[in-house]
Amino acid sequence: MALTLAEVEHVARLARLRLSPAELEKMREQLSNILDHFQMLQQIDVSTIPPTAQVTDLVNVMRDDELRPSLAREQALANAPVQQDGMFRVRAIFEE
Amino acid sequence: MDYLVTIGLEIHAQIQTRSKMFCGCSADYAAAPPNTHVCPVCMGLPGSLPVPNRRAIELAALTGLALNCRIASDNVISRKNYFYADLPSGYQRSQYDDPLCVNGWVDIDGDQGPKRIGLTRVHIEEDTGKLTHTADGGSLVDFNRAGVPLMEIVSEPDITSPEEARRYFQKLRQILVWIGVNSGDMESGALRCDANVSVRPAGQQAYGAKVEIKNINSFRFVERALAYEIERQVTSLRAGERIVQSTRGWDEATGTTVAQRTKEFAEDYRYFPEPDIPPLRLTEAWVAERRAELPELPDARRQRFMTDYDLTPYDATVLTDERAVSDYYEQAVAAARPRGVAPKDVANWLTGELFRLLKDSGETLVVAAQRIRPEYLAEVQELLNNGVITRTSAKEAFDAAFREGRAPAQIVAERGMAVIGAGDALTDMVRQAIADNPKVVEEYRGGKVTAIKYLIGQVMKATRGQASPQAVQQALEQELTRQ
Ligand SMILES: [Zn+2]
Repeated sequence: MALTLAEVEHVARLARLRLSPAELEKMREQLSNILDHFQMLQQIDVSTIPPTAQVTDLVNVMRDDELRPSLAREQALANAPVQQDGMFRVRAIFEE
Repeated sequence: MDYLVTIGLEIHAQIQTRSKMFCGCSADYAAAPPNTHVCPVCMGLPGSLPVPNRRAIELAALTGLALNCRIASDNVISRKNYFYADLPSGYQRSQYDDPLCVNGWVDIDGDQGPKRIGLTRVHIEEDTGKLTHTADGGSLVDFNRAGVPLMEIVSEPDITSPEEARRYFQKLRQILVWIGVNSGDMESGALRCDANVSVRPAGQQAYGAKVEIKNINSFRFVERALAYEIERQVTSLRAGERIVQSTRGWDEATGTTVAQRTKEFAEDYRYFPEPDIPPLRLTEAWVAERRAELPELPDARRQRFMTDYDLTPYDATVLTDERAVSDYYEQAVAAARPRGVAPKDVANWLTGELFRLLKDSGETLVVAAQRIRPEYLAEVQELLNNGVITRTSAKEAFDAAFREGRAPAQIVAERGMAVIGAGDALTDMVRQAIADNPKVVEEYRGGKVTAIKYLIGQVMKATRGQASPQAVQQALEQELTRQ
């Protein structure tokens, strides 16, 4: 199942990846191959098996509404490239 | 040409829990210093494992039941993927195909009388962090709010005017606060809404293009923003222009809606089931437990107040607006019953004298109730009913009870406020008045019966209002005929 370059560009943009024309072409081939593998899976008859998004068989894993210690702020901010006033500083939001 | 207006609201309501939706950080972010209620889960750090807050799920289901929804048995939490600096993990945990609650409704006062607004769904999700934009072109991120439990309540496009939209929003707030799932605090963002609105020429079947107004955080704004937006769309259509499906924001300063930059692909959220959270399977027994938790709702209570307590629609509405006031009234009525005091009289004390005192003191009833206990309303009316005090004294005793937090009966006893009846004290005062005013007595005896009014006034003054005028008149007439 061959993907178009436009489709690859779309996915790259959603993932915030800036790819060169050569990289786009390479990804087009690789992603197409991956989809081909799923194409094989599609041929298996699963009409009698209920769909699931889980493989653990777990249900209802919940916790009580109780407080647990949060991180110290220094720890929370430890890996922030830029910080200011106890907050993460990022580039202005509306510029893309 | 006439235009038809179609409005639907999406209301975001934080769920009142102690901890966040998927971690044990405190959800009480309002006054916390930035980034002090955060942990690897709510900061989206790799390798952390989110675990749903049971209470948040219970309260969301409770909301669904209060809004007449069906509760879904199989629930999947999904990832809604998009990039934004207030979203630490690059996705928001939400629900997509399988919302927790579906097909509900809310009854409101519509423009043409009672109206039922349909609810499409109520689903659970997590709130995002908070952004502050700096003057030098940066943005600061505080993740304290990230991961706070949130419900999205989506209405059907059943609303046909800005006023109806406001009333629907108010009704929802009333119910959410009443059942204790939301603080109702719109200023802090605990309750906010997006409004979808379209207009179309009367007679046209298909809806017009939908415009979404984002992040409205007051009743007044929702009404004003919609009124402005409808006007704008109708003017465009009249001028032969086309309305484009778009997102706008309400600008309070200019009183207009402003087009927001819509990011390309913004709607391509690529939802998929959250692999870290196993499905939530809610049994019928579990739903029944939630239903048992549901208190009597305002509409039902209002109806009961009118039927059982003989309240006017107005009083019944006032006394079911807020749960705390309503419960207080119920306690007062419970104390009134054995005293033979009518619920209607209790309502009058509450909505009249007590509301006035609260307005003066600037307190909420919850605070003042530490002093003015509900049974005091019944007690003061009982004293009045039994003729122990006059209406003037009753008010005075009630005001003192409000200020001092002591029982009206005690205050009446201590201050000698009890009515001066037909006994010796009154007789003495009546005789004194007769002795002091021979001319008036003469006029009365000479046939001018209205002259007794002056004497009544003199005696009332002497009793400082603690006698009933009828009792005084009776005593005077007796005394005047005797001599
Ligand atoms: Zn956390």
